[in-house]
This record gives sequence, C-alpha cells and structure tokens, in this order.
Amino acid sequence: MEKYKKYINLIYLAIFVGMVVMAYTTSKYRPESVFVLFTDLSWLGDWPKWLDFPLMPFLNKWFDILIVKYGIMFEGINFFLLGIYGQMKNFLVGLPWPIVMISVILLAYFASGKQMGTTIMVGFCVFFLGFLSPRYWDKCIMTTTIVVIGMLLCLVIGIPIGIAMARNKKVRNALLPILDLMQTIPSFCYLIPGILLFGLGAVPAIVAIFVYAVPPLIRLTDLGIRLVDKEVIEAAEAFGANKKQKLWGVQLPLALPNIMQGINQCTMMSLAMVVIASMIGTRGIGDEVLLGLQQLNVGMATEAGIAIVLLAIIFDRITQSYGERMQERVHHTKEKVKLK
Amino acid sequence: MSTKIEIKNVYKIFGENPAKVLPMVQEGATKEEVLEQTGHTVGLDNVSINVQEGETFVCMGLSGSGKSTLIRHINRLIDPTAGEVSVEGTNVMQLDQKSLIEFRRHKMSMVFQRFGLFPHKTVIQNVGYGLEVQGKEKNEIEKVAMEKIDAVGLIGFEHMYPNQLSGGMQQRVGLARALATNTDIMLMDEAFSALDPLIRSDMQKQLIDLQAELKKTIVFITHDLDESLRLGDHIGILNGGRLVQVGTPIEIIMKPADDYVAAFVKDVNRAKVIKAKIIMVSPQKFKGTKNSNTIKVNEDAFLDEFLPKVCLTPATIEVVDKSGNLKGYITDKELSKALTKTHSNGVVKS
Repeated sequence: MEKYKKYINLIYLAIFVGMVVMAYTTSKYRPESVFVLFTDLSWLGDWPKWLDFPLMPFLNKWFDILIVKYGIMFEGINFFLLGIYGQMKNFLVGLPWPIVMISVILLAYFASGKQMGTTIMVGFCVFFLGFLSPRYWDKCIMTTTIVVIGMLLCLVIGIPIGIAMARNKKVRNALLPILDLMQTIPSFCYLIPGILLFGLGAVPAIVAIFVYAVPPLIRLTDLGIRLVDKEVIEAAEAFGANKKQKLWGVQLPLALPNIMQGINQCTMMSLAMVVIASMIGTRGIGDEVLLGLQQLNVGMATEAGIAIVLLAIIFDRITQSYGERMQERVHHTKEKVKLK
Repeated sequence: MSTKIEIKNVYKIFGENPAKVLPMVQEGATKEEVLEQTGHTVGLDNVSINVQEGETFVCMGLSGSGKSTLIRHINRLIDPTAGEVSVEGTNVMQLDQKSLIEFRRHKMSMVFQRFGLFPHKTVIQNVGYGLEVQGKEKNEIEKVAMEKIDAVGLIGFEHMYPNQLSGGMQQRVGLARALATNTDIMLMDEAFSALDPLIRSDMQKQLIDLQAELKKTIVFITHDLDESLRLGDHIGILNGGRLVQVGTPIEIIMKPADDYVAAFVKDVNRAKVIKAKIIMVSPQKFKGTKNSNTIKVNEDAFLDEFLPKVCLTPATIEVVDKSGNLKGYITDKELSKALTKTHSNGVVKS
C-alpha cells in the first residue's frame, strides 16, 4: 500500500495521457499525422475538434447493454415497486375520506407527543386538500403513496450506508463524490433514462426520489453518528461494549435527532421531486400544476400549488415534531433537579 | 504487595507515520524538535511506571503533558507506538479484539473528566451499563446498580437523566458506574477537574473513604497538585510526555527532581502534607536537651495538626505510634527544615 501511494500521481498522469491519446486516435477529425501538430500550430487557436473525449458514445453503448442485458432486473424492480404502490394506493383511495383524515390527525397527535397545536394545524391542512378541489383528494393520496414508498426505500438503504460511512473513513471518501454527483446532476438526466428503464408512471418517480432525496439522509446519519460525544463513546468502549452494543446502545440513539432531521429533509425533497416527476407522466397532485400551466390557467396551477404546500406542511409537521420529541428524549434538558 | 500495572518504555507519537519518527524520539529529540522537523506530536516519551496492588497512583502534569494519553494505554483505548503495557502480568498489547473486550469488562473501569455519561439512559441504567454489556440479568443489574447508587449517596435520583443533575451528582453517577462492575482497577481521568472546589473536595473525601474500604488499584490523573498530594500513595509527574519524577508525596515535595517539579511544589502548604513520622529523629539519634514540657503526637499526624500547640508552649514533641510507643522526637530544627522551601537540588534557601 505504501509503495503504491508513492506513485499515485504518476498513475493519475498516465490515465490522463491515456485519455488524451484515446480521444486523439478515435477522432474522425484528427490530422493525417501527429507531426502535422508540430508544424501547423493552428490547433492552439480554437479548441481542436480531435481533442474530444468520446464519453457520449461510450455511455450510449453502456445504456443499451443495461437495457438489453439487465432489462429483466429492472422489470423485476418495476414489478415489485408497482405492486406495492398499486396495493397501497388502491387501499387508501378505497377508504372513505373521513377515515383517512382521522388517521392522519391521529398520527400527528401521537407523533407530536399529544401537542394540540400541531394536531389541529395538520387537521386543517388535510381538510383543505379536498376542500380546495374534490379532485385533489385522490391525487394527493397518489402523491403521498409515492413519497412514502420512496422514503421507505431511502430509509432502508440510506441509513445503513450512513452508518457505514461514519464507521469507515475509506467508505466515506469513496461515497462523498457520488453523493455530490447525485445532488448536483440535473434531475432530468435520470428522470428520462428512468422512463426507458422502468416505463412511465410511479416507479421512475420513486427511483428519482431515491436519487434526489437519499443524499441528505445519508449525510445526516453519518454526521449524527460522528458527532456523538467522543467521551461517551470512550466510556462505552472502556466498559467493554463490542461494536454492535456500541452502535445500537449508544451511537444510534444519540444520533437519532440528526437522523430524524435527515428523514425530514428526505421527505421534503421527495415531495419536491414527485411534483417534477409529473412531467414524466407520474400521476398525482403535480399533474394538476402541469395541466394548469399547459392550459395557461394560472388560477388552476396556483390552486394545485397551494395543495402541494399543504401536503408539505403535513409531512413536515409530523416528521419535525417527532424529531423534536426524539431530541428531548435523548437529551432531557427540560427540567433540572436540585439537590435535596 | 505485587505489581498490578506495569508500563514499560512506552512511546506514543501522533501523526501520519509514527514508526518513522520513533527512532528520532528514542535518540532523545525533544517534543518541539520533533514537531518542527516532522509535524508529529510526541504524546509519551519513554514512560515507565509500576503501580502496586491496592495503591492510588496519581499521574500529574499540565495539559498537553500526555497524562490522559497515558491512562488510555492501560485499557488500550490508545495503542502505543512502542513499548509494553501489562496488567496482572498479561501483556495488554497481545490481546485480540475479543479478549480485549473481555479484559475491559472484567479487569478495569474508568471515570471520565466530563463524566462520559449516556444522556439517553437514566442514572440506574448508566450505573448498570458495565453489567449490561456483560450480558447480566436485569434483576441483578438493578440490584447491584442500586447498591452503588446508595454508596455514592444518590438514592432517590435513580430514575433521573444525567442532564437533570448537577455536575457533582453526575460525576457520582460516573463513580458508581465504575464501581458497579467491581473491577480491581479503576482509571480516573481528571475525574474531579470539572467540578467546583467545594464539591471537588467533597468527592475526594468520598473517594478516600471508598478506597479505605475497597482497596482498589486506582490510577488517577489530575493537573491539581493538592489533589494529587491528598489522594496519591505515589505520584508520577509528567512534563511534555516525559516522566520527570515518581515518588511519594513527601519525596515530591522535599526532593523535587528538577526545576519543573520545584516550580510545581513551590506553593504547597507543607504543614498539610508532611506527617510527623517523616521528619522525626529516632530516639537513638536524638541529642538535644529535653524540655520539661512534652507533647505527644501520633506518627501519622500532619504538622498543621500540632504546630499551633507547639507555638504556644515550647515543648519537646514525642512522636508515638498507635499503641503509644515512642518512635522519635521532633525539635524546632526539624520543624523549621520541613517547612522551609527548597531549591531543586535540595539546598535550603536562607
């Protein structure tokens, strides 16, 4: 390993030179001979056409292979997620609306630790979803279902990755650039290929939610675990806690407020993505906005926009108030006791 | 008494490539030189100590002297760059992950400067933590935990959370947690440094009382000289990662090894630390004239316990043991010598 480290810069240089040579040799526009480059210096003016790394044809080939060879795998994922989505959606849409409403209110009531203010606010928001336009009710349920499934996917995959990152510096260094990529790449870059892989509908939206919303959850899980007081971790180690006991007994409970913050962020971003996903044919409250804009019906688009905001408030208040309660449970700063 | 903990020629260097810097440190380069030339920090520089069974060994030094690093070598929270650490004859460095965990569970417990309590656990759960990781039964954990909570005087607070308690009470929880696993060895890393003076003195007394009963082997880290004199059977003084002197409290005060130690002990109230038996001359060697007045003092009495009496009425001080046998005499000469500040080389300042 030590030996290898010494030459790392040389290796990078070799890769770079290789890339330039490859671009040159595969280019249609290259001069007849390399020596022309030294006699005719005009290529130093504008960027020469032959200095073009052939990434696009490579990616296209790769994508074709993905569809042809691994299509069955994506089909499987599609089938699985669509199945869950269909079941959940049909169940919720089939329920009488007052029952759904009361369930959400009860959820808010218990998640917030029986705070009346939060509960009443969530109740009003839920009521106004249907009150704005009866059409919105079912569409909001579709959107919610997609968000919930996307979130579950994020939790199941994101939290273990976050834990792995906190435990191992190498894993973290390898994953951070990928997270950066996921967060900065324009969403259409994976929405459209998503259609090719999973077809139109809910599944590419769920996948897009995962790509877009999982990075903050991973980051905050990682941060939360690393921020746990070093002395507390030392104490656990000094008393002979093994890795498992340390993780489940100390690190995760103490990182919970941060993880909850990550889940909250994850929800908000999921909701934002599910609205964008309506542009690739995902049904839900987002397509009302799209429809309104297509018909230049500003009022309709705004009304649907308000419904999305209400939905966001419901999600935010429920996850946020639950997170606050976790924080209290972990740090118990509410009341101090005086020595008798 | 046997040696419980043996630390032998331990070096610890922090940085990217400690092994490379080690020879330089072994050849005697100072901490500053090493930092300047290699960017590595020397934590410990050839430290060797022996801690006897049942004693309190105090490791003293200012911040950055490496004392917290040293204590973490004993339970291997930190691995040394070079050197050996053995506890009860077992080489701690040779333990694999599994035996290290067993070793930490059953051989020693630790108390931390900022308490290191688990904020999400109640007092009783905190105290029982060591037993919990051992996989003991819930009933037993609670029973032992309650005993220890009682021992540190926190009955009634067992279902509180650490953040609801004051600093002194939190550290008592830390102490109870360390006692709960009933290990022979206790490591205390600046355990009382974060407490205010009154509570600190209270806690010191509690520790002395507990120690009189339990006779554990304690390694205690502090930056406070008074604390180390009060608690320590032996004191080791660290400076810049090097052990400059090891000795009993009296040796440290009466014969400081170098200017650094001398500066440390300069302002100590000697009368509070020196015992009668340390400065007395034996009856055979006693040559002065006996005063008609005699005062009998116990051999373990500190000077400040009988000085006021002597100042009022000139008298010959007879030092006696518990059963009243004469052990020696103290005259004004010895008193004056004991209370005069010394140079590092031991010469009495005029």
